[in-house]
Amino acid sequence: MNSGANPSPQPVIKVRDLVKSYGPRTILKGIDLDIFEGEIMVIMGGSGSGKSTFLRQIMALEQPTSGIVEILGQDLGSMTMGEMFDLRKRMGVAFQGGALISSMTVGENIMLPLSEHTRLDAKTMEIMARLKLEVVDLAGFENLRPNELSGGMLKRAAFARAIIMDPKLLFCDEPSAGLDPVVSAGLDELILRLREAMGITIVVVTHELDSAFRIADRITVLDRGNILMTGTVEEVKNSTNERVQNLLNRRTEEEILDPAEYLARLTGERIETDGPAI
Amino acid sequence: MHDESKQGGITHRLESIGRNTVKGIEEVGYAGSLFGESLFWLFAGPKYKQPVRIGSVFAQMMEVGVRAVPIVGVLAATVGVMLAIQGIYTLRIFGAETRVTLGIALSITREFASLITGILVAGRSGSALAARLGTMTINQEIDALKVMGINPVRFLVVPSLIAMLIMVPALTFFADLTGLLAAGLYVSADLDISLAAYFDDVIEALKVDDVMHGLAKSAIFAVLITLIGVANGATVKGGAEGVGRVTTRAVVQSIAAIIVTDMIFAFITTRH
Repeated sequence: MNSGANPSPQPVIKVRDLVKSYGPRTILKGIDLDIFEGEIMVIMGGSGSGKSTFLRQIMALEQPTSGIVEILGQDLGSMTMGEMFDLRKRMGVAFQGGALISSMTVGENIMLPLSEHTRLDAKTMEIMARLKLEVVDLAGFENLRPNELSGGMLKRAAFARAIIMDPKLLFCDEPSAGLDPVVSAGLDELILRLREAMGITIVVVTHELDSAFRIADRITVLDRGNILMTGTVEEVKNSTNERVQNLLNRRTEEEILDPAEYLARLTGERIETDGPAI
Repeated sequence: MHDESKQGGITHRLESIGRNTVKGIEEVGYAGSLFGESLFWLFAGPKYKQPVRIGSVFAQMMEVGVRAVPIVGVLAATVGVMLAIQGIYTLRIFGAETRVTLGIALSITREFASLITGILVAGRSGSALAARLGTMTINQEIDALKVMGINPVRFLVVPSLIAMLIMVPALTFFADLTGLLAAGLYVSADLDISLAAYFDDVIEALKVDDVMHGLAKSAIFAVLITLIGVANGATVKGGAEGVGRVTTRAVVQSIAAIIVTDMIFAFITTRH
């Protein structure tokens, strides 16, 4: 476990029996999870495990089909619009591709939450933006457009924007995706430094094992919409759960198919069979 | 076996028609809700500390209106001259070519200025709006705005809507003047009458209602172009290819909506 964690008995994110369906497809099948103040929680899982969907629920970007999500003690399902706006000021998000507004400069992007939510004068906002750019090692890049930055720089700029309001919670969606190992390690260092410097709770969704092991205080392993396990890095590494080990060792699972389902998938019609499993 | 397959084909087609109808109704409903939400943020934004930024409105007005002035001017002038040529040619059959001014004045102010402006803005700004919103959706920029506590309708849609509502009628009025002037130049040269006499005829032929008819229509076109552009952009799927698809779709739908609305508007306003 990394140093610097400050677990508190009161979770800052509390999820109970969270279900999310899109039409007939159920992606999250009853998730229970607590994330505590000051910790770095990594949500890990393979493609289609539901980790991005889970992140969208706890970032209040989507309404769950059922279940409870509480952020900083407030139930997302019963909040007024004004309360939601106030809550969002205490959350920051660094999206996978940066998600900087392409029509604005890097500096304008970083100042955007300040200009929308505060009455600070332009000069103060510029100074704050430069400060945050220094924190993420991007000093001097404020006048560039997002399309003039590399992938790693875009993500750093996204971090700068995410922390401009000094949030209590920081969400990171696949911070290492598409980056070379050196740049990826640099971003991991940045995440650790942000936690140390600002004491914020950080939730990271990733499928990069090295990155997850480097930064996590705890890891939650998602698989097909269910939590396989939640534990420290050592606990996850030493897990005897076959699916967890498959994920850690990057093994594909031998899929055991119901022949009727397999035929139905191929033909689009359900045909009853008594044959052996394929 | 053959009958079964034929029946299956008909069922499939009916299903497809049903699905597309439902989808179409959903899209109209979405555009309607966008309009409602835009009005909400326009008036209730300050209450939630989310006022519409005047700077964004001006930026959009520059893009939608000021930068479209040259092309609107050229096309309005061309249409004006075209109406003059056709009008004189037709009326000469009856020896009444001097009456061409009436036809030109009414056609331009009631129909062509608003129609040409609407179609041009749909092609220029409606497509740009759909592409911008589509790209922002694909790049998660819309999600980023939401999580920053910035309502995307208030931040992106309302400034465009206000800018369109101001600039499309303004461009239409400009097209009225340009079209009438260009037609006047042709008429005065062809029929050997002075430009002043031509404009006297135009002023005599036109009522304020005729000009207002065109301007009112253009305001409706402005709302249609914005909502169709935004609705298409916001529902994009499938990366860059999807953005291209919704952009084309937005232009086609906007132009179709403009022409159909024009016809309905003309029908309703001439029933007295």
